[in-house]
Amino acid sequence: MIEVTINGEVQQLPANLSLGQWLADQGLGNRRLAVELNRQVIPRSQFPALYLQSGDNLEIVHAIGGG
Amino acid sequence: MTLATPLDDPLIIAGQSFKSRLLVGTGHYADLAETQAAVTASAAQIVTFAVRRSNIGQDAQAPNLLDAIAPQHFTLLPNTAGCYTARDAVRTCLLARELLDGHDLVKLEVLGDSQTLYPDITETLAAARQLVELGFKVMVYTSDDPLIARRLEELGCVAIMPLGAPIGSGLGIRNPYNIRLIVENAKVPVIVDAGVGTASDAAIAMELGCDGVLMNTAIARAREPIRMASAMRQAVCAGREAYLAGRMPRRLDGDASSPLGGLFL
Repeated sequence: MIEVTINGEVQQLPANLSLGQWLADQGLGNRRLAVELNRQVIPRSQFPALYLQSGDNLEIVHAIGGG
Repeated sequence: MTLATPLDDPLIIAGQSFKSRLLVGTGHYADLAETQAAVTASAAQIVTFAVRRSNIGQDAQAPNLLDAIAPQHFTLLPNTAGCYTARDAVRTCLLARELLDGHDLVKLEVLGDSQTLYPDITETLAAARQLVELGFKVMVYTSDDPLIARRLEELGCVAIMPLGAPIGSGLGIRNPYNIRLIVENAKVPVIVDAGVGTASDAAIAMELGCDGVLMNTAIARAREPIRMASAMRQAVCAGREAYLAGRMPRRLDGDASSPLGGLFL
């Protein structure tokens, strides 16, 4: 298992898990969102081949009502 | 001979043309259906939204703002609301650009404190400089200081958006003379952003010569938001037309509209 912080919460995830797979498992595979990994924006095209590492910090954001 | 009502020019922001001069936000609505109905009633073409953390582990099928306000129908304007530093604002814009597949028009706002929501100008200038360098087209929320407006324009911002009054206050255009000075000096569109409370406020902003008005709370917190969205659409049009038409000079004494000659009394 690896420890990854996702939107501020520490989660235990299996090793060898790609970001694309994790998002699909969450039902977020087709959602409009943007991802920052360790403060770097990750283009959507890189999700499938990006494997999470222990200690990674993910921010997953979406559009919400605002002025 | 017929005298047609003259047509207005479009609002042009960063080379893109818009018929509507009313820009609206999407905050405070009861649900996405109300958001959509209000945006439709406003006839706005530029619609702002915020960027926030996704709810992980909750209903992944819950409708998303971008389903209701589809990017193919509107020019979406991500904002940096909630940012208090240039660093956070730039970070938010980079995420927004990825969220919208490379769309690079952003509304920059860097706040100074949570009580007044007044813009932090030092951080705003720093963020504007960085965002322009990163290729963003920056519409910038700022104070009604004409010199700062000029600085922001010199940095390459594509629209200057002075406040009429604090965000969400509904106090109207508190310093019309400063707004006027900003309009007179600017070569990019000037859009009053924040402070409008009701339709007459929007009309006043447009009569001052502003190129547009951006609002959220005045519509969303009205008793009937959808009706207020319609009122704002008409107020912005009316104010714009009045500005183009040029108001009559003021005078202290009365001046009869009916001829004095031909009186039979």
